[in-house]
Amino acid sequence: MVSYGWIMALSAAIFTIGVAGVLLRRNILVMFMSIELMLNAVNLAFVTLARRMGSMDGQVIVFFVMTVAAAEAAVGLAIIISIFRNRETVNADELRLMKW
Amino acid sequence: MPPALFIFLAVVAILSSLGVVIQRNPVHCLLALIMTLISIGALFVALDAVAVGFLQIIVYVGAIMVLFLFVIWLLNLQTEEAPAGNLALKFFATIAVAAMAAELFAIVSKSRTALGAQTVTSGYGSIDSLAQTLFGQYLMAFETTSILLLVAVIGAVAVARRALPDRPRTAPTEGRPT
Repeated sequence: MVSYGWIMALSAAIFTIGVAGVLLRRNILVMFMSIELMLNAVNLAFVTLARRMGSMDGQVIVFFVMTVAAAEAAVGLAIIISIFRNRETVNADELRLMKW
Repeated sequence: MPPALFIFLAVVAILSSLGVVIQRNPVHCLLALIMTLISIGALFVALDAVAVGFLQIIVYVGAIMVLFLFVIWLLNLQTEEAPAGNLALKFFATIAVAAMAAELFAIVSKSRTALGAQTVTSGYGSIDSLAQTLFGQYLMAFETTSILLLVAVIGAVAVARRALPDRPRTAPTEGRPT
Protein backbone atom coordinates (compact mmCIF):
# COMPACT_ATOMS: atom_id res chain seq x y z
CA MET A 1 0.00 0.00 0.00
CA VAL A 2 1.09 3.53 -0.68
CA SER A 3 1.60 5.38 2.59
CA TYR A 4 1.62 9.08 3.23
CA GLY A 5 5.30 8.85 4.10
CA TRP A 6 6.15 7.76 0.57
CA ILE A 7 4.42 10.72 -1.00
CA MET A 8 6.05 13.09 1.46
CA ALA A 9 9.41 11.51 0.62
CA LEU A 10 8.73 12.11 -3.09
CA SER A 11 7.90 15.71 -2.27
CA ALA A 12 11.14 16.03 -0.28
CA ALA A 13 13.13 14.53 -3.16
CA ILE A 14 11.71 16.97 -5.71
CA PHE A 15 12.28 19.87 -3.33
CA THR A 16 15.90 18.81 -2.86
CA ILE A 17 16.44 18.59 -6.62
CA GLY A 18 15.03 22.09 -6.92
CA VAL A 19 17.42 23.40 -4.27
CA ALA A 20 20.30 21.70 -6.07
CA GLY A 21 19.24 23.36 -9.31
CA VAL A 22 19.23 26.81 -7.75
CA LEU A 23 22.62 26.27 -6.11
CA LEU A 24 24.43 24.53 -8.96
CA ARG A 25 23.15 26.08 -12.18
CA ARG A 26 24.23 29.53 -13.33
CA ASN A 27 21.58 30.22 -15.95
CA ILE A 28 18.98 32.51 -14.37
CA LEU A 29 16.14 30.91 -16.35
CA VAL A 30 17.03 27.43 -15.15
CA MET A 31 17.34 28.71 -11.58
CA PHE A 32 13.86 30.13 -12.03
CA MET A 33 12.55 26.76 -13.24
CA SER A 34 14.13 25.14 -10.18
CA ILE A 35 12.18 27.55 -7.99
CA GLU A 36 9.01 26.36 -9.73
CA LEU A 37 10.08 22.79 -8.94
CA MET A 38 10.37 23.66 -5.25
CA LEU A 39 6.97 25.35 -5.26
CA ASN A 40 5.44 22.24 -6.77
CA ALA A 41 7.10 19.94 -4.25
CA VAL A 42 5.57 22.01 -1.47
CA ASN A 43 2.21 21.92 -3.25
CA LEU A 44 2.39 18.15 -3.32
CA ALA A 45 3.10 18.10 0.42
CA PHE A 46 0.13 20.42 1.01
CA VAL A 47 -2.25 18.21 -0.96
CA THR A 48 -0.99 15.05 0.77
CA LEU A 49 -1.38 16.51 4.24
CA ALA A 50 -4.77 18.00 3.35
CA ARG A 51 -5.97 14.52 2.53
CA ARG A 52 -4.38 13.20 5.72
CA MET A 53 -6.24 15.78 7.80
CA GLY A 54 -9.39 15.44 5.73
CA SER A 55 -9.70 19.19 5.31
CA MET A 56 -9.91 21.33 2.20
CA ASP A 57 -7.64 24.07 3.58
CA GLY A 58 -4.49 22.56 2.13
CA GLN A 59 -5.96 22.49 -1.36
CA VAL A 60 -7.02 26.13 -1.08
CA ILE A 61 -3.46 27.03 -0.06
CA VAL A 62 -2.23 25.23 -3.17
CA PHE A 63 -4.59 27.39 -5.20
CA PHE A 64 -3.02 30.51 -3.67
CA VAL A 65 0.50 29.20 -4.19
CA MET A 66 -0.28 28.74 -7.88
CA THR A 67 -1.56 32.31 -8.12
CA VAL A 68 1.50 33.73 -6.41
CA ALA A 69 3.71 31.57 -8.63
CA ALA A 70 2.02 33.02 -11.70
CA ALA A 71 2.60 36.56 -10.46
CA GLU A 72 6.17 35.69 -9.56
CA ALA A 73 6.82 34.17 -12.96
CA ALA A 74 5.46 37.24 -14.75
CA VAL A 75 7.53 39.71 -12.74
CA GLY A 76 10.64 37.52 -12.66
CA LEU A 77 10.65 36.90 -16.40
CA ALA A 78 10.14 40.61 -17.01
CA ILE A 79 13.20 41.31 -14.86
CA ILE A 80 15.17 38.66 -16.80
CA ILE A 81 14.19 40.27 -20.11
CA SER A 82 15.22 43.66 -18.76
CA ILE A 83 18.57 42.31 -17.54
CA PHE A 84 19.23 40.57 -20.86
CA ARG A 85 18.46 43.75 -22.76
CA ASN A 86 20.96 45.74 -20.73
CA ARG A 87 23.72 43.20 -20.09
CA GLU A 88 23.34 40.61 -22.89
CA THR A 89 23.70 37.72 -20.44
CA VAL A 90 21.61 35.36 -18.35
CA ASN A 91 24.56 34.00 -16.42
CA ALA A 92 24.17 34.71 -12.72
CA ASP A 93 27.94 34.87 -12.24
CA GLU A 94 28.27 37.81 -14.60
CA LEU A 95 25.68 39.89 -12.83
CA ARG A 96 27.80 41.31 -10.06
CA LEU A 97 27.12 44.99 -10.34
CA MET A 98 25.89 45.14 -6.74
CA LYS A 99 28.71 42.97 -5.43
CA TRP A 100 31.23 44.94 -3.44
CA MET B 1 -4.02 4.82 -5.37
CA PRO B 2 -2.53 1.55 -6.64
CA PRO B 3 1.19 1.20 -5.79
CA ALA B 4 2.15 0.67 -9.43
CA LEU B 5 0.59 4.00 -10.41
CA PHE B 6 2.37 5.82 -7.58
CA ILE B 7 5.73 4.27 -8.43
CA PHE B 8 5.32 5.15 -12.10
CA LEU B 9 4.38 8.76 -11.36
CA ALA B 10 7.13 9.12 -8.76
CA VAL B 11 9.81 7.78 -11.10
CA VAL B 12 8.65 10.06 -13.91
CA ALA B 13 8.57 13.06 -11.58
CA ILE B 14 12.03 12.46 -10.13
CA LEU B 15 13.69 11.63 -13.46
CA SER B 16 12.21 14.65 -15.19
CA SER B 17 13.06 16.98 -12.31
CA LEU B 18 16.63 15.71 -12.51
CA GLY B 19 16.40 16.54 -16.20
CA VAL B 20 15.54 20.15 -15.31
CA VAL B 21 18.76 20.48 -13.35
CA ILE B 22 21.09 18.45 -15.55
CA GLN B 23 20.29 19.36 -19.15
CA ARG B 24 22.16 22.19 -20.84
CA ASN B 25 19.62 23.53 -23.29
CA PRO B 26 16.99 25.69 -21.51
CA VAL B 27 14.23 24.43 -23.83
CA HIS B 28 14.98 20.83 -22.83
CA CYS B 29 14.97 21.90 -19.16
CA LEU B 30 11.56 23.45 -19.71
CA LEU B 31 10.19 20.30 -21.37
CA ALA B 32 11.43 18.24 -18.41
CA LEU B 33 9.78 20.71 -16.05
CA ILE B 34 6.49 20.33 -17.92
CA MET B 35 6.76 16.54 -17.55
CA THR B 36 7.32 16.96 -13.79
CA LEU B 37 4.33 19.28 -13.46
CA ILE B 38 2.06 16.90 -15.35
CA SER B 39 3.03 13.94 -13.19
CA ILE B 40 2.54 16.01 -10.02
CA GLY B 41 -0.86 17.04 -11.36
CA ALA B 42 -1.73 13.38 -11.88
CA LEU B 43 -0.67 12.72 -8.28
CA PHE B 44 -3.01 15.52 -7.17
CA VAL B 45 -5.89 13.83 -8.96
CA ALA B 46 -4.96 10.50 -7.37
CA LEU B 47 -4.92 12.20 -3.95
CA ASP B 48 -8.57 13.26 -4.31
CA ALA B 49 -7.63 16.81 -5.25
CA VAL B 50 -9.30 16.66 -8.65
CA ALA B 51 -10.00 20.35 -9.11
CA VAL B 52 -6.52 21.37 -7.97
CA GLY B 53 -4.96 18.76 -10.22
CA PHE B 54 -6.68 20.07 -13.30
CA LEU B 55 -5.91 23.66 -12.26
CA GLN B 56 -2.28 22.61 -12.04
CA ILE B 57 -2.34 21.36 -15.63
CA ILE B 58 -4.23 24.38 -16.93
CA VAL B 59 -2.45 27.14 -15.03
CA TYR B 60 1.07 25.76 -14.79
CA VAL B 61 1.51 23.73 -17.93
CA GLY B 62 -0.84 25.84 -19.97
CA ALA B 63 0.05 29.36 -18.92
CA ILE B 64 3.23 29.72 -16.90
CA MET B 65 5.26 27.31 -19.00
CA VAL B 66 4.20 29.05 -22.21
CA LEU B 67 5.44 32.27 -20.62
CA PHE B 68 8.80 30.60 -19.94
CA LEU B 69 8.99 29.23 -23.48
CA PHE B 70 8.16 32.64 -24.89
CA VAL B 71 10.94 34.26 -22.87
CA ILE B 72 13.45 31.58 -23.90
CA TRP B 73 12.64 32.18 -27.54
CA LEU B 74 12.63 35.93 -27.07
CA LEU B 75 16.13 35.83 -25.60
CA ASN B 76 17.32 33.32 -28.24
CA LEU B 77 19.27 31.22 -25.76
CA GLN B 78 20.76 28.66 -28.10
CA THR B 79 24.32 28.97 -26.88
CA GLU B 80 25.71 26.45 -24.48
CA GLU B 81 26.17 27.55 -20.93
CA ALA B 82 29.81 27.86 -19.89
CA PRO B 83 30.59 24.73 -17.88
CA ALA B 84 32.99 26.55 -15.59
CA GLY B 85 31.88 28.22 -12.41
CA ASN B 86 33.09 28.40 -8.91
CA LEU B 87 34.16 24.89 -7.91
CA ALA B 88 34.31 25.63 -4.19
CA LEU B 89 30.79 27.00 -4.37
CA LYS B 90 29.58 23.86 -6.12
CA PHE B 91 31.31 21.69 -3.54
CA PHE B 92 29.68 23.41 -0.60
CA ALA B 93 26.35 23.56 -2.44
CA THR B 94 26.45 19.80 -2.92
CA ILE B 95 27.17 19.24 0.76
CA ALA B 96 24.37 21.60 1.75
CA VAL B 97 21.93 19.84 -0.58
CA ALA B 98 22.87 16.42 0.76
CA ALA B 99 22.45 17.60 4.35
CA MET B 100 19.07 19.10 3.55
CA ALA B 101 17.94 15.95 1.78
CA ALA B 102 18.88 13.81 4.78
CA GLU B 103 17.08 16.20 7.12
CA LEU B 104 13.94 16.29 5.02
CA PHE B 105 13.76 12.53 4.67
CA ALA B 106 14.31 12.04 8.39
CA ILE B 107 11.52 14.44 9.26
CA VAL B 108 9.05 13.74 6.53
CA SER B 109 8.91 10.05 5.71
CA LYS B 110 7.82 8.89 9.16
CA SER B 111 4.13 8.45 8.46
CA ARG B 112 3.24 4.82 7.90
CA THR B 113 -0.48 5.42 7.50
CA ALA B 114 -1.62 3.82 4.30
CA LEU B 115 -3.48 5.99 1.87
CA GLY B 116 -6.33 3.54 1.48
CA ALA B 117 -6.71 3.08 5.23
CA GLN B 118 -8.22 6.51 5.52
CA THR B 119 -11.59 7.41 4.15
CA VAL B 120 -12.51 10.90 3.13
CA THR B 121 -15.96 12.41 3.13
CA SER B 122 -17.84 12.21 -0.13
CA GLY B 123 -17.32 15.28 -2.27
CA TYR B 124 -13.88 15.88 -0.81
CA GLY B 125 -11.68 17.65 -3.32
CA SER B 126 -14.49 18.34 -5.75
CA ILE B 127 -14.74 21.76 -7.28
CA ASP B 128 -17.84 22.33 -5.16
CA SER B 129 -16.11 21.85 -1.82
CA LEU B 130 -13.09 23.79 -3.05
CA ALA B 131 -15.34 26.71 -3.95
CA GLN B 132 -17.17 26.50 -0.61
CA THR B 133 -13.89 26.86 1.25
CA LEU B 134 -12.36 29.39 -1.13
CA PHE B 135 -15.32 31.75 -1.23
CA GLY B 136 -16.27 31.23 2.40
CA GLN B 137 -13.38 31.14 4.79
CA TYR B 138 -10.76 32.49 2.39
CA LEU B 139 -12.80 35.16 0.61
CA MET B 140 -10.62 38.08 1.68
CA ALA B 141 -7.44 36.26 0.67
CA PHE B 142 -9.02 35.47 -2.69
CA GLU B 143 -9.91 39.10 -3.30
CA THR B 144 -6.42 40.19 -2.24
CA THR B 145 -5.04 37.76 -4.80
CA SER B 146 -6.77 39.67 -7.58
CA ILE B 147 -5.01 42.86 -6.48
CA LEU B 148 -1.72 40.96 -6.35
CA LEU B 149 -2.18 39.75 -9.92
CA LEU B 150 -3.07 43.25 -11.11
CA VAL B 151 0.03 44.69 -9.45
CA ALA B 152 2.17 41.88 -10.93
CA VAL B 153 0.86 42.52 -14.45
CA ILE B 154 1.46 46.26 -14.21
CA GLY B 155 4.88 45.68 -12.70
CA ALA B 156 5.87 43.18 -15.37
CA VAL B 157 4.86 45.54 -18.17
CA ALA B 158 6.65 48.45 -16.49
CA VAL B 159 9.86 46.46 -16.00
CA ALA B 160 10.00 44.78 -19.40
CA ARG B 161 8.93 47.79 -21.42
CA ARG B 162 11.55 49.06 -23.78
CA ALA B 163 12.42 52.63 -22.88
CA LEU B 164 11.04 54.98 -25.48
CA PRO B 165 13.59 56.93 -27.49
CA ASP B 166 13.87 60.53 -26.46
CA ARG B 167 11.46 62.56 -28.44
CA PRO B 168 12.31 66.17 -29.11
CA ARG B 169 10.36 67.97 -26.45
CA THR B 170 8.25 70.87 -27.51
CA ALA B 171 9.49 74.11 -26.08
CA PRO B 172 7.19 75.55 -23.45
CA THR B 173 7.03 78.78 -25.42
CA GLU B 174 4.86 77.11 -28.02
CA GLY B 175 2.06 77.27 -25.54
CA ARG B 176 0.73 73.82 -26.30
CA PRO B 177 -0.52 71.94 -23.28
CA THR B 178 1.69 68.98 -22.62
